[in-house]
Amino acid sequence: MKYSYFPGCSANTTGKSFTVSTSYVAEKIGVELVEIPDWNCCGTSAAALTSPELAVALPARSLAISERELPGLDVVAPCAGCYRSLKTSVAFARESEDNRTLIKKIINAPYEAKADVLTLLEVFATDEAREAIAAKVQRKLRCLKVACYYGCAMVRPADVCECDNVEDPMEMDDLMALIGAEPVDWAFKTECCGAAQQMTIPVQAKPMIERIFQNAQANGADCIVTSCPLCMLNLDMREAEINKARVARGEEPFDIPCYYFTELIGLAFGAGPDEVGIDIHFHPAKNLLLQRELDALELEEAENIARAEEERKKAEIAAKIAAKKAEKAAKEKAAQEAAAQAATQPEEGKEAAE
Amino acid sequence: MRSIDLSGISDASVQACEEIAKDAGVNLKDCYQCGKCTAGCPLADSMDLMPREVIRYLQLGAIDVVLDAKTPWICAQCVVCSSRCPQNVDICSAMRAVRLASKHAGKRPLPEADIFDDEFIANVRVHGVSNEQYLAAAYNLKSLHFMQDMGNATRMLKRGMVGVSMHNTKGRANVAALVDRALEADAARRAQSDEDKGGDE
Repeated sequence: MKYSYFPGCSANTTGKSFTVSTSYVAEKIGVELVEIPDWNCCGTSAAALTSPELAVALPARSLAISERELPGLDVVAPCAGCYRSLKTSVAFARESEDNRTLIKKIINAPYEAKADVLTLLEVFATDEAREAIAAKVQRKLRCLKVACYYGCAMVRPADVCECDNVEDPMEMDDLMALIGAEPVDWAFKTECCGAAQQMTIPVQAKPMIERIFQNAQANGADCIVTSCPLCMLNLDMREAEINKARVARGEEPFDIPCYYFTELIGLAFGAGPDEVGIDIHFHPAKNLLLQRELDALELEEAENIARAEEERKKAEIAAKIAAKKAEKAAKEKAAQEAAAQAATQPEEGKEAAE
Repeated sequence: MRSIDLSGISDASVQACEEIAKDAGVNLKDCYQCGKCTAGCPLADSMDLMPREVIRYLQLGAIDVVLDAKTPWICAQCVVCSSRCPQNVDICSAMRAVRLASKHAGKRPLPEADIFDDEFIANVRVHGVSNEQYLAAAYNLKSLHFMQDMGNATRMLKRGMVGVSMHNTKGRANVAALVDRALEADAARRAQSDEDKGGDE
């Protein structure tokens, strides 16, 4: 499991925890991520809203370097924004020779769009990776109710992202179930976090985040699990602002930590929260994990007691059955003996009469 | 939706709308105005035209209404509209095309959105990567929202997420040249399209 790796601009800044937890998990399960040398920004929606040519050319430079330096490897882009930009560029290049010629002219390098672009979820959801994950789990994250949040850029546009379940993707839910957490069914899996609009139109865009928290809470989630550094930043960092406004309106503040799915997998592998970057979250994120760890231990204890009680009852009933059977067998034996005796006695009488 | 006087709509206006549709890869006749795009849009509340209305005005050839609308600039490009359209109209792509047409027409119905993207690309052009702290600072200065997210900047500093050091791509000169070539190709395509239009008349 070896891939070309496109970290993206947030990898060492606002998305640090994602990077740290990704390498932790990847190393444990034998996924090798080879960074594209001298990669550049994907341009994200800013490029698409500046020029269609720029939008396809910026990702193509990094993809062309990957094609040259890391031939044969598919490209993993953990950030959903990067993923969508890269994937869009590849789709454009594969459309026609004319498109490839245009791109090559702008990036001034050979490029054939040979490699596929993948999300980290796709990499971790292969059968091989899932088996490796299952084998490495040391502590199931039981009792932790998670709302898996995919955001938009990993699933839409559906034809570019080759996503067949835009409204209800399940890859992250399945991974969370694999490590023992409980994914909740909720309606905002692929609703938009507001992306850059949280900066450009903060007043109008804030409710987008608030509704995501609301829906997660209404469906019984303890926390939200993300797979994109911008979704994470918008949710985790801005929860405090949203709570401030809620309190001012006389509403209850949210207490919903957010995690990267890789952080939770890391925890299940036995990592401490600090090892996978949970110490630098904005909303307090450690107490919930401790509480659920305790809940899981208590649940296990209760289950053990229940199991022992079940065993005891089973043994008790089995003993009663054995006793009954023995009793029944003894009675039958006695009856048989009596019958045998009765059968021989007339013979004796007959003999005596003769 | 306002009532408009269609007799005031020129051929050029209709043609401009068709150009936008072409750039967006959209056949305007596919839209039967069901409104599903608007129903799913997470920002419809804040828009001056509903997404459905943008398509409707494009169908009617009302280019000025569309180019002056804030809606395409409010749009977060989440693509919910396109993915739910029963007619496969790529509304999101149309929003992008309208916004670009509006930008090239020298309009700026929502300056913040334009400033953000310009600063983003300027940052990438110089450094090859986006330095979030400088992007935010440049955005705040140019948009005159000086204090926006300043509290969050402090919180990010504390967590070592941002600092004063700049990240650079080694080949940043290549990236700058790439950006310039892309924008030149973009300008050439638009010039060609204008020429073709002139030829038709």
